[in-house]
Amino acid sequence: MSSLLTRARGSASTLVFLLPMLLVFGLFSWWPIVRSVIMSVQQTNLVTDPEFVGLDNFRAVLEDPLLSTAVQNTLWFALLALVFGYPVPLILAVIMSDVRRARGLYSLLAYLPVVIPPAVAVLLWRFFYDAEPTGVFNSILGKVGLGPVPWLEDPAWAMPSLVIEATWAAAGGTVIIYLAALVSVPPEQYDAAEVDGAGVLGKVWHVTLPHLRGIMLITLILQIIGTAQVFLEPYLFTDGGPNNSTLTVLLLVYRYAFQNTTGGDYGKATALSLMLALTLALLSLVYFRLTRRWSE
Amino acid sequence: MRNHRRRGLTALATIASLASVSVLAAACGSDGDDSENDGKVSITVEGWRPGDEQGTIDAVNKLAEEFMKANPDIVVEPVEWEWSAETFSTQLAGDTLPTTFRVPFTDTKGLAERQQIADVTEYVNELPYADEFNPSVLAAATGTDGKIYGLPTDVYGVGLHYNRHLFEEAGLDPDSPPTTWDEVREDADAIAEATGQAGYVQMSANNTGGWMLTTLTYTLGGRLQSEDGTTATVDNPATAEGLQMLHDMRWEDDSMGKNTNFEWGTINEAFAAGKVGMYMSGSDVYNALVTTNQVDPDSYGLAVLPLSDSPDAGVLGGGSVAAVSAKASDEEQAAAVLWNDFYREKKNYDPAAAEADAKVLAESDQPIGTPTLPIFDEPTWQGVQDAIAPYVNVPQDQMSSFREGIFDQNLIPEPSSHTQELYAILDAVVQKVLTDENADIAALLADAQGQAQALLDS
Repeated sequence: MSSLLTRARGSASTLVFLLPMLLVFGLFSWWPIVRSVIMSVQQTNLVTDPEFVGLDNFRAVLEDPLLSTAVQNTLWFALLALVFGYPVPLILAVIMSDVRRARGLYSLLAYLPVVIPPAVAVLLWRFFYDAEPTGVFNSILGKVGLGPVPWLEDPAWAMPSLVIEATWAAAGGTVIIYLAALVSVPPEQYDAAEVDGAGVLGKVWHVTLPHLRGIMLITLILQIIGTAQVFLEPYLFTDGGPNNSTLTVLLLVYRYAFQNTTGGDYGKATALSLMLALTLALLSLVYFRLTRRWSE
Repeated sequence: MRNHRRRGLTALATIASLASVSVLAAACGSDGDDSENDGKVSITVEGWRPGDEQGTIDAVNKLAEEFMKANPDIVVEPVEWEWSAETFSTQLAGDTLPTTFRVPFTDTKGLAERQQIADVTEYVNELPYADEFNPSVLAAATGTDGKIYGLPTDVYGVGLHYNRHLFEEAGLDPDSPPTTWDEVREDADAIAEATGQAGYVQMSANNTGGWMLTTLTYTLGGRLQSEDGTTATVDNPATAEGLQMLHDMRWEDDSMGKNTNFEWGTINEAFAAGKVGMYMSGSDVYNALVTTNQVDPDSYGLAVLPLSDSPDAGVLGGGSVAAVSAKASDEEQAAAVLWNDFYREKKNYDPAAAEADAKVLAESDQPIGTPTLPIFDEPTWQGVQDAIAPYVNVPQDQMSSFREGIFDQNLIPEPSSHTQELYAILDAVVQKVLTDENADIAALLADAQGQAQALLDS
């Protein structure tokens, strides 16, 4: 009896401890999600009472010719980010873990871009990406006889340019995660591999990567979720241009909500957001099912 | 002992949760209705643009004090504000809009239709000049329901702004700006060749690409929409001709520079920095160039746009309406219209008010005498110009081409239906032509025509 009482008292105090966090989360995370579900079936002018319109907003979004452009662009960004952005931190981390001296300095250099406020970084890179031959990158390329590259000024170049900056900005965080995981690899295993005649690549392949597998699977899905929601780069660099070549799904959501001249179509914006969220949730579920065996 | 500590922790947690609840409650609580204390009506009003210099802020605050002296029952608080569709809806939703603010002609009808700005017909009709508005100007402030949604306070015609220094460097005469589009093209080429800067630049982003393509189309005698706003006419010879000219300047002459992603603010910035030879924008943009971008007045020139021989050729006219938030109470709406009368409109009508206003602006070194167009009739406008003449501090002789030529040009309003959405569609067309040498203009226009018509049919 008394142990029951103690347990009850224990869970009561747990609840009290949790309360502030639950409140903050509830109000600033869960309530907006609930609100957006409600808004996705409403039409509102933000002044008078909203009107329920059923699935009209979803229908309107699906009929928008820009939706397929946005989805394709987002997939293109995700693919480019995967090809360039995913291996870069891994390679950096493996190299850095092998460095004997000044490892802290390299970690600092790798992590520095993460510390710079993203908007500032983009504005800085916009300056670097000046398409004139006198632009920062173009003058560097000019010195070795390349370019000038139209960076953000060409529908074909714009997206890769965005990915380069995004990779630069985000790699540091992932590098730190990999570095931490690499420390846990027992050095004897490398010695054993060396005795077995493995070279540098052999050691990475047979020792390092198997140890990092679990982490790599997590960072991969995080990266996919992150890139599917890319917004900052296309918004600040190109505003979706030239000719909608960098219009992403989230930028389309933003356009519905805020750039619509009639004062914000929150219904369509929340409808598309929900569709994106559901797609990502399903994707994550399938991903974890498929990779369960590898991550064990 | 352990129990004791635990109880202490529980108490601490309880206090923390209570504190967080009260903080949240405070954060989420309504701002309360404090607008009518002591029988006074308090309103917030659009004062200055983000980034404006202190002189602009001082001038507005001084005028607000004068207004409050004359209207002791009204408290006016000028705040920083600039129209943008992006912040408007957020501020409307969050109850943080100023009571009164200016909205471009292009957006007034849509906002009125969605009841996001207030019907102020009854207060406007009380003003002494209510019957004397230029009908086409008042139409811009009138909703489709025939009610008035604000005071039209400034009207501009688009002009050709040019950098006199770059003209001189290129061996061109800054006192005789180009008068045909062929001359614009030649001069742009000469400037790019001689100075390495862009000879001519056209806005392309954030709906300004559509705005300026519409302007270019008008100068060549075309239209993008039927007058009643029911039929899209995007695929027309004048627009194709304009786009072809942009294409040739960009790709054959290479006279538009390599950076093409410009909108209203960034093109002003580039122009003030001496990187742009010529560009099209509203005739009143000089004010922003001075107060926000610190342009060198000696470098500035303003000319009328070249018009083709077509009888339909004309120049795009636009402006702003001083509107009132739909959430304002009746008293606040009345006070807001009174303030707009005092601060923005009376000086367009009454020479004495214009002179008093100019005096205050002159004291804070604000630009006076930038070309505007008549909101009432031309004699009224002339009377106001005469009254402020002693205070004029902008280089009007460098704007003579525009000042003398604009009244001979046919002023055409912007497309009336779904204007900004139409502009968004055209943005993509302009961007494609400026960033892809092989852009198929005919196909682009046919596609845009389909989208624009679908928009009007929706």
